[in-house]
Amino acid sequence: MFQNIGEMVLLFWRTLCALPLVWRQRAKVFEQFYEIGNASLLMICVLSFFLGGVIALQTGPLLVERGLHNAVGGLVGIAMAKELAPIMMAILIAGRVGSAMAAEIGSMRVYQEIDALRTMNINPVTYLVLPRLVALAVALPMLVTFAILVGWLGGAVVCTVTGQIDIPIQSFFTTMKDVVEVKDVANGVFKSFCFAWIIGVVSCHQGLITRGGPRGIGRSVTKAVVNSIVLIVMFDYVLTRILLH
Amino acid sequence: MNAPQNQHQGVSVQVRGLRRSFGKQEVLKGIDLEVRAGEIFVLMGPSGSGKSVLLRHVIGLEVPDAGEILIGGESIQASGVMDKFRMAMVFQSGALFSSLTVGENVGLYLSEHRLQPPAEIARVVSEKLAVVGLKGTEAKFPSELSGGMKKRVAIARALVIDPQLILYDEPTSELDPISAVVIGEEIHTLNQRIGVTSMVVTHDRELAFGIAHRIAVINEGEILAVGSPDEVRRSHHPIIREFLHADFHREKSSL
Repeated sequence: MFQNIGEMVLLFWRTLCALPLVWRQRAKVFEQFYEIGNASLLMICVLSFFLGGVIALQTGPLLVERGLHNAVGGLVGIAMAKELAPIMMAILIAGRVGSAMAAEIGSMRVYQEIDALRTMNINPVTYLVLPRLVALAVALPMLVTFAILVGWLGGAVVCTVTGQIDIPIQSFFTTMKDVVEVKDVANGVFKSFCFAWIIGVVSCHQGLITRGGPRGIGRSVTKAVVNSIVLIVMFDYVLTRILLH
Repeated sequence: MNAPQNQHQGVSVQVRGLRRSFGKQEVLKGIDLEVRAGEIFVLMGPSGSGKSVLLRHVIGLEVPDAGEILIGGESIQASGVMDKFRMAMVFQSGALFSSLTVGENVGLYLSEHRLQPPAEIARVVSEKLAVVGLKGTEAKFPSELSGGMKKRVAIARALVIDPQLILYDEPTSELDPISAVVIGEEIHTLNQRIGVTSMVVTHDRELAFGIAHRIAVINEGEILAVGSPDEVRRSHHPIIREFLHADFHREKSSL
């Protein structure tokens, strides 16, 4: 993975340079945006609902036992907004969308479609990479915002129905409001924006360097997902460090 | 076959001392050849002899280790030369975009470079598809076409740029004999009609001798012979003779 970091940085830079051309590629951006949202929305709802619920279930009884009823909402709220929603949704999208990007671009590479683009003087970065990255950079923060809200709801429902916690929904959200600020949600959304670029660049890069036949495509897909997840976790720590200040 | 007498728009190609290695394997060992403007030049040789690699160098998809390629007398390594001449390549697989319709595939160059309004692009696409005998297939997807039709769509896509040089990489591979003849006739007809220079890479002997003005035989990265089809056929080079006369050797069984 690390020997390709330079190439990935270069691909990222070339995509940034191609950003002024994004309006010309708007049809493809919308197409990708629809693919990403349509493919992931239901899964994100289910995942984040249960994620919020399980945090409440794990921490709620312990906090209530110690008389910290008021902390449950805040804890679930902060955990979902700043950490769990961005990182879990990014991992989900890396598996769901990043793999599809690597497979699609990889097969185009193997079957000479990218060479055909180059002979027509069409830049593969502008034509293939730019729409995918822009769509991902818009879609993932939106999905994460949605996931945060659904996660909070999951936490609130679990707090209400679990006898050991027994915090009403209204009380859950009132106490959460005291702790969670808009900047905490913005913090998580910003992280997801950064993760979107990581997933897009890693996946498209793996697709573009695919060699061989179907086996090569399979290898690229695996590498795209694994490398994306590793980089997401590493960057999560770095971003958390930066955003703490 | 004689070169077309009509006024051609084709450009010449000169390859000088071209060398290329992949790792320790030297694929092209100092290739020298000249393709004249407006002719059909067939590069023939066994699989793995370096034919397709040479073609990819001519269109600029590969960078040589040594040597140079001149298009219309100008080196392709000089800035702006690749943009100055209109060149197209028909890939072995066709390389059609599976997510686009036939019409979108053929018109991709025009639409991506915004050279013409959509209505005009549709007209040009229809015209080019008609040239290759596929009128009315604009709305179909490549997956709905046969192998021969895909090759013809790829040729139509190449024609959209009004090329001066078309490179064909194994145009008849994976095709039945009838489709192979149709493709061969398309290449010949286009050459006669618009005088485009055509460089065809193939190991199909019948195609080569059926359409070529001149033939080069390449083996293990070296040019063994260049000349008219008759000259190549008369060659005494053992590898060329073996390649041209390869056949099954079965003893006749008494019935």
